[in-house]
Amino acid sequence: MFNRDRWQEIFQTIRKNKLRTLLSGFTVALGIFIFIVLFGFGNGLKNSFKQFFLDDATNTLWVYPGLTSKPYRGFKANRRIEFENNDLEDIRNNFEFFLEDITPRISRRSIVKYKGESDNYSTRAVAPAHQYMEKTIMMKGRFIHQDDLSNKTKIVVIGRLVAEDLFKDEDPIGKYIEVGSIAFKVVGVFQDQSGDREERLIYMPYTTRQLLEKNNDKIDYFIVSFRPEMGYTSTLAFERQLRLFLKNKKDIDPRDNNGIRIRNVADQIRQNQQFASVLQIIVAFVGIGTLIAGIIGISNIMVFVVKERTKELGVRKALGATPKNVIAMVLQESIFITTLSGVFGMICGIFLLRNIGDRLAQFFIIDPYIESVTAMIATVLLIIFGAIAGYIPAKRAASIKPIVALRDE
Amino acid sequence: MGDSSLHVLKGIELQIDEGELVAIMGSSGSGKSTLLNILGMLDTADEGEYRLDKVLIKDLTETIAAKYRNLFLGFVFQSFNLINYKNALENVALPLYYQGLARKIRQQKALEYLDKVGLKEWATHLPSELSGGQKQRVAIARAMASQPKVLLADEPTGALDSKTSNEVMGLIQQINREGKTILVVTHELDIAHMCKRIITLKDGIIVEDQKVDQILVDTHVQ
Repeated sequence: MFNRDRWQEIFQTIRKNKLRTLLSGFTVALGIFIFIVLFGFGNGLKNSFKQFFLDDATNTLWVYPGLTSKPYRGFKANRRIEFENNDLEDIRNNFEFFLEDITPRISRRSIVKYKGESDNYSTRAVAPAHQYMEKTIMMKGRFIHQDDLSNKTKIVVIGRLVAEDLFKDEDPIGKYIEVGSIAFKVVGVFQDQSGDREERLIYMPYTTRQLLEKNNDKIDYFIVSFRPEMGYTSTLAFERQLRLFLKNKKDIDPRDNNGIRIRNVADQIRQNQQFASVLQIIVAFVGIGTLIAGIIGISNIMVFVVKERTKELGVRKALGATPKNVIAMVLQESIFITTLSGVFGMICGIFLLRNIGDRLAQFFIIDPYIESVTAMIATVLLIIFGAIAGYIPAKRAASIKPIVALRDE
Repeated sequence: MGDSSLHVLKGIELQIDEGELVAIMGSSGSGKSTLLNILGMLDTADEGEYRLDKVLIKDLTETIAAKYRNLFLGFVFQSFNLINYKNALENVALPLYYQGLARKIRQQKALEYLDKVGLKEWATHLPSELSGGQKQRVAIARAMASQPKVLLADEPTGALDSKTSNEVMGLIQQINREGKTILVVTHELDIAHMCKRIITLKDGIIVEDQKVDQILVDTHVQ
């Protein structure tokens, strides 16, 4: 391998046959480049699926009431189901084994005023556990406390953009704002990873909201978090049992699919990940296709190269080149070119992926990457197949009689 | 090539001694090139025996044939068969490379042989920059460089005009005078008469085998 003379021979042939070298090198480099880029895009797709769920805790069930579709226990169909405070208590008491925490949500739109500024904002009336489930990050002050629930205090926690809109450069903590013409004290400012929409929200204790609405105990819907260490199957079991429990409590036919809706985030993520994996398999399949096309490309070029050099190889044989010499020369040249251009294509591909970042976010490709092991394996495979592709015609050329090769015009 | 076989040579009984300069003559299709190729181990005979320097040449593997060709034989072809992307020096050094000689020695020897054929100044020129006669002289230098026992020339002057033909034949005569055994295939009578023995083939058999008085060419080569 490290025979200086043979390398010199190879460099000379490469130098003297630039176009041929360039063509075969280009085929290989392009093959590996496309493979790496496609594979990276596959990973980018996966990344963007992951990001959809980044701003929420993933060990949660979202439980919504609905309209019944079947008559049951003397109730007619088309009955609207409502959740109340005691549902929270019952769930707490009955599912201790699975449950981590629970929060209701009551969403209202309100006109919010501070000094001269006023705007229409969404408010969410929640329990303290909500902070963890939405991954709300406190910038200043505090979130809602358990005391606020029991005292039904008129406090709010406002989003970063609400603070910017209403208070400009003023510090909002301790100031009073009007929410639906009732004064609330601002106790905290938060930010949220999922962006502007979430940061235009206002949180208040759900008991306060209920107090304002004729002291009722109605809840829009609630979010349940389960112990994170629970496996996937226990999650499904929890979901099933919770559904049955609520259906029984609310007099809904167990076969009625419409009375209660439960969104299982863990399950959704799993399905999305599976979808992304399928996408990646498809993308990888296309990538492997390009690799194969690359290999076929090299094979063609090698057949052509050997054909073109038949006479030269005949001369070499007449001068004393053994078949081994001939094969080694052709092979080493082909391996050298494939290795060099393969690594070049690989580096270009990786470099491109590195520089994409989130520029293709609109196509759901975020931070595409390829594991270096995968890139290496693909490159090495291409080199090996390139060598095999070169070996077959080289062997044939080496075994034809020199006289036949010399006669070749 | 192919499956159809054709009997070109139909029984040749021939002995060539060391130091001879033999012309093999015949019209095209007489089998003279085939004979030369068999002698050169470029082709194999279906039947019969061929001994080169008392070594029986039969059923050789390609590897051993390559070794023998390298050690025993030097070839000169009608179409020169120089490697077009190698310069004169590198072409001459090629058989030495296959002998496994060190690079320095190869260069030195190749230059020495180029000098012998009067082309030392042309060492770094590519074949495309050389005239036909010069190319053939490079080819002869290449054939000589490995110091073979026998030099086989297949129509060495076939592609050359009469002046350069004479130059090339003069070179061949000179090499022969230094003791090398040389076989020249030709269909030109005047070229044949520059050799010491003429073997005439017709339809695959020897019809005439005679020693002749060699016509010497002016060996001055520029």
